[in-house]
Amino acid sequence: MIDFVAPTIDWAAVSPVLVVLAAGVLGVLLEALVPARARRSVQLVLTLGALAGALVAVALLWGRVQEAALSVVGGSYLLTPFGLGVQAVVVVCALLGVLVVADRPGGQDAFAPTAAAVPGSTYEEQARRAGLEQTEVYPLVLFATGGMMLFPATDDLVMLFIALEVLSLPLYVLCATARRRRLLSQEAAAKYFLLGSFASALLIFGVALLYGFAGSVRLGAIAEALAGQGASPLAGMDVLALAGVLLVVAGLLFKVGAAPFHAWTPDVYTGAPTPVTGFMAACTKAAAVGALVRFLFTLAEGMDAGTRHGVEVVLWTVALLTMVVGTVVGVVQTDIKRVLAYSSIAHAGFVLVALVGFSETGAAAVLFYLLAYGLATVGAFAVVTVVRERLTTPVPDAEHGAASAASDTLLGEATHLAQWAGVGRKAPWLTAAFALFLLSMAGIPLTAGFIAKFGAFSAAVDAGAWPLAVAGVVASAVAVFFYVRVIVLMVLTPPADELVPDGGAPDGGAPEAAGTDAGPDAGAAAHAVGGGAPTGTLTAAPAATRTVVTVVTTPGPAALVVALCAAGVLLLGLLPASVLDLAGQAAKFVP
Amino acid sequence: MQTLGLAPWLVGLPLAGAAVLLLGGRRTDRWGHWLGVLASTAAFAVGLVLLADVLRLPADERVAVHSLGTWLEVGTLQVDAAFRVDPLSLTFVLLVTFVGTLIHLYSVAYMAHDVDRRRFFAYLNLFVAAMLLLVLADSYLLLFVGWEGVGVASFLLIGFWDHRRENAVAGKKAFVMNRVGDMGLIVAMMLMLWQVGSLSFGDVLGAAGGMSTGVATAIGLMLLLAACGKSAQFPLQAWLGDAMAGPTPVSALIHAATMVTAGVYLLVRSAPVLEAAPTAQLVVAVVGAVTLLFGAVVGCAKDDIKKALAASTMSQIGYMMLAAGLGPIGYAFAIFHLVTHGFFKAGLFLGAGSVMHAMDDSVDMRRFGGLGRALPVTAVTMGLGWLAILGVPPFSGYWSKDKIIEAAFVGEGWRPWVFGTVALVGAGITAFYMSRLFFMTFAGRRRWESEGEGARHPHEAPFLMRLPMIVLAVGSVALGGLLTLGGGFTTWLEPVVGHAEHHDPVLPVWLIITLTLVLVVLGAALAFRLYAVQQVPVEPPASNALVRAARRDLYQDPVNETLAMLPGQVATRTLVYADRTVVDSAFLRLASGVRRAGDGLRRSQNGYVRSYAATTLGGLLVVAAVVWALAY
Amino acid sequence: MTNPYVPVLVLMAVAAVLALGGVAASAVIGPKRYNRAKLEAYECGIQPTPQATGGGRLPVKYYLVAMTFIVFDIEVVFLYPWAVSFAWLAGFGLVAMLVFLALITVPFVYEWRRGGFDWV
Repeated sequence: MIDFVAPTIDWAAVSPVLVVLAAGVLGVLLEALVPARARRSVQLVLTLGALAGALVAVALLWGRVQEAALSVVGGSYLLTPFGLGVQAVVVVCALLGVLVVADRPGGQDAFAPTAAAVPGSTYEEQARRAGLEQTEVYPLVLFATGGMMLFPATDDLVMLFIALEVLSLPLYVLCATARRRRLLSQEAAAKYFLLGSFASALLIFGVALLYGFAGSVRLGAIAEALAGQGASPLAGMDVLALAGVLLVVAGLLFKVGAAPFHAWTPDVYTGAPTPVTGFMAACTKAAAVGALVRFLFTLAEGMDAGTRHGVEVVLWTVALLTMVVGTVVGVVQTDIKRVLAYSSIAHAGFVLVALVGFSETGAAAVLFYLLAYGLATVGAFAVVTVVRERLTTPVPDAEHGAASAASDTLLGEATHLAQWAGVGRKAPWLTAAFALFLLSMAGIPLTAGFIAKFGAFSAAVDAGAWPLAVAGVVASAVAVFFYVRVIVLMVLTPPADELVPDGGAPDGGAPEAAGTDAGPDAGAAAHAVGGGAPTGTLTAAPAATRTVVTVVTTPGPAALVVALCAAGVLLLGLLPASVLDLAGQAAKFVP
Repeated sequence: MQTLGLAPWLVGLPLAGAAVLLLGGRRTDRWGHWLGVLASTAAFAVGLVLLADVLRLPADERVAVHSLGTWLEVGTLQVDAAFRVDPLSLTFVLLVTFVGTLIHLYSVAYMAHDVDRRRFFAYLNLFVAAMLLLVLADSYLLLFVGWEGVGVASFLLIGFWDHRRENAVAGKKAFVMNRVGDMGLIVAMMLMLWQVGSLSFGDVLGAAGGMSTGVATAIGLMLLLAACGKSAQFPLQAWLGDAMAGPTPVSALIHAATMVTAGVYLLVRSAPVLEAAPTAQLVVAVVGAVTLLFGAVVGCAKDDIKKALAASTMSQIGYMMLAAGLGPIGYAFAIFHLVTHGFFKAGLFLGAGSVMHAMDDSVDMRRFGGLGRALPVTAVTMGLGWLAILGVPPFSGYWSKDKIIEAAFVGEGWRPWVFGTVALVGAGITAFYMSRLFFMTFAGRRRWESEGEGARHPHEAPFLMRLPMIVLAVGSVALGGLLTLGGGFTTWLEPVVGHAEHHDPVLPVWLIITLTLVLVVLGAALAFRLYAVQQVPVEPPASNALVRAARRDLYQDPVNETLAMLPGQVATRTLVYADRTVVDSAFLRLASGVRRAGDGLRRSQNGYVRSYAATTLGGLLVVAAVVWALAY
Repeated sequence: MTNPYVPVLVLMAVAAVLALGGVAASAVIGPKRYNRAKLEAYECGIQPTPQATGGGRLPVKYYLVAMTFIVFDIEVVFLYPWAVSFAWLAGFGLVAMLVFLALITVPFVYEWRRGGFDWV
């Protein structure tokens, strides 16, 4: 028997991921041992501390990684400068995302008191009255973040799959925890879980094919086998390899949210609690694109012209399709979260445009794009969390006297676009920030989005893919339409504070919403709005007319996030040089 | 150049003004407007210092670039934050800051009763900063930043009175239509990047001669598309009329004197590219000629005084585009006309603002008439602007417009005859509609009530409004002649646009001048007969098809909707429809085939997730098929 | 030499025939007598109890059992092979296993503190 040789592990290289995952485990313990009152603050401190620690670790590793990629346990964990760059983006966006998660406008956070309770049941009502909070979201966010950080930093397809699951499973759970519109939230989680499993299956099937082809799950070995140097029994069966690559890419593109693997995005983004949506949209995309780059760039080195051409065809098709679907369908949306969801789909297309050349320039552009997009997205969803409905119920004079003639209850987010009319007047700064995020997503100069789009498109032009770049320009011009529509609505349209009869959303929107592709969940949405209204006072209230007005809640951590993101978007737009420089460093020897 | 380092201040001062006003909030309400005026004036002073410095240098040293360092670096591409100070950019700097300062002054009084006056001045300053960045930039990318900046500022200013729905719609329309043009600029930049690998003016324009004709044509046409969007040229002209919904000083500054001329600037700046692409050049001239007539015809039918002026702006910029499309012979005149037009058109708009001020914001010229006695200063200043735009010697417009008409007659084959005739006829129509505007407003019998309900009491505007009008009127009278002295302006621009060989027009010069003047007099006389002597009906009479078409802007909106919006909407609906019916129903039909086995399954599952999975799987198969078809 | 993947292909074909054939055969030859009990969950004729309000959901306890099961199951899955090769893995294996056991204890503690074992 051969003597067992214990592997030496470069703990420093693993430290960013380790800090986050360890904090997640610790978080679960805290959940069990800390009294309920103190839980939220303890969890918050731990989570923010862990993410900040991870960021510091990333910064400390930066210089070391520049010299040589760090390989741990034979490449199960492989830290390239690019991987580290993606980790930095993920951690920054997660930090901001956690702050939004921690926001409690009106004294209630965005999560259900007990997510396991049946919506509308007495048990749920009791939990709500007792003021329970589901502080498990913090460890869940940490686990997901850990998975995301691992995703682009591995040379091993099995590890890739594990990272995928580690990042996905907490997200499935998080999606189901919305405090309001419980059914919609649970439906979103179920959809995300089913479709996510489907995508995971595709990915693992692809891994199997690639293993069959190369006799190894290491990306480096597969690239060698593709180049015909390895000891594979099947060298030359490139079709098998191509099918494997295609399946793995499909699994990754699902997480990226690129068409035709995007179908889950709008529904899940709409149903999930908004802070989670923001976190998910920014970080998952960054991690998945990072993994895609890692996978494709490594294999591209070994591919012959034919196979490589095949992969390029995939990227071209998917990028084109994604941009078209994201922008065209986005135009007809009437719900702000769906607008942002389709915008996120379109952005996936723009990122893919930068990839087509498999070049260093492209990788640098991708990194910058992910950061610019992440900041704008987290910021935009943070804004969505604080624009709320308020229910003003007249209270009968006999009971309370004339002085308290009305009682206010803060309801859920006002996500229908019609409710956003005139928000600009109520909260000019918030609106300005939101407009900035939208303009950045549209790629208007002096915002981060412009530099990002410019980098992405010029990388494509460099690679000779100018038709794709032109298509990207056209798509982004069309996309401007729906961003500007929202801005116009907020700034220039007077607010429509209307009287609404019992238990319904403002009238203006309902028929329109039914006309869009909200179709599948329209029924659930109506149910959730109508039947699942979360407050006990609501049912106890007299059947008088209730006004539903859009209010902007008082500033909390979310406001801080909005300010930070706005500052970031502006800074990256005005003085992108230093960050572009970092992205350039990270893109050296990409694979 | 010793003072070159001042160039960034040109942008920085108004930008700082805007920042202070926006961030200062209500605290700056009391003195905010004066800060705005100060920032604009300071920029003008800096411009003068630079001018003095440049004038001392010999002609071939007058182009200077001041770099603040690298702005961004993407791969091999490096873009500097660099400012280019040369006669062309300085001309624009002085025009923008001078007219801008006057309009700031005018606005102090015009917006006096608006609670948000400070915000208005912040936007005005923002606009000035962006416009100066646009003209001072030394690369297409930095120019694009200014280009979008003026677009955003214009959007904010058009929609300033946001409580009016039409303003909101107009602001959006302007923004979206401009984006079509911007797309052209981005694609042009992509092409430059691909061909030249750089975006600075020096590199791109230097390499223009070596480009293949095809590439140069593509770049030229894309630049033209950009110019069309920004300068409201055919076929992207629709937004300008609607933009008149904004406050009048905005119309004067942005939609007459400065921003809308940015397209002309872009084309003249990119002259070497156009010269390498004769086809693109021809298209520029054709677009100019078409817009020239289009604007003029529309101008004849408008009863809204601001919309009539907007149509006129469109038409006059058509002249500039035509000149820019004529090649080296026209560049200087295009810019020359741009400058004189900036003065007299701004003056006319401020006059219109003064009339509106007097008539309680009414813009319907059919309800004006006989205002000359009530508003003497306005009438005289607008009258001088009117003579200038007609091109009556020795007013400004004569010196610039007549040169363009002469240049249009230069060349070989059919072109001089077509372009020359269009320019000539355009001058006649211009005379008609501008005279119509003038007479309907100031001459004839009055068509407004002075007593009873809806009574109007026209009164002259306060001094702060009259002063800019007077200054601009003086400019309308004298500027053209002054700049022409000894070929002054063309020589001044030579370091940028090159020296134009003298060519003789196909008709003798004296004949062209005579013909022009005859047409102008005819047009004016006809307008005098129809609108000063005869009674103007208060309700617009039913007229022939052409007039009805012109009243509706020659059906630009329906055409736009049909051509641009309809396909997009159809595509959207189809996609949504397909997603819901085809994908779902196909799956349902598949399921019905195996219903026996599938029934229980289907009931226990959410059908929609399945359809999503079907989309995913189907998509994967399609992608695989595409790869198979294309790669093997 | 035949392609080494041919056996795999054959296996896949056999699997497909078996799976599809089974479904098809039961659809074709199976008796079809629908009654109330047939249409219920599990087709066993017994009402799944207790019926949650809102319908059809399993009691939360079910998931607690599943979770506990997984905690111990996974523990055993790893412990057994480790025990077999304990000598070979030596100190490294011991430390690694202790870390693993500590980790697997965390959900256990969580479940316990949250009342997962209060079986009432």
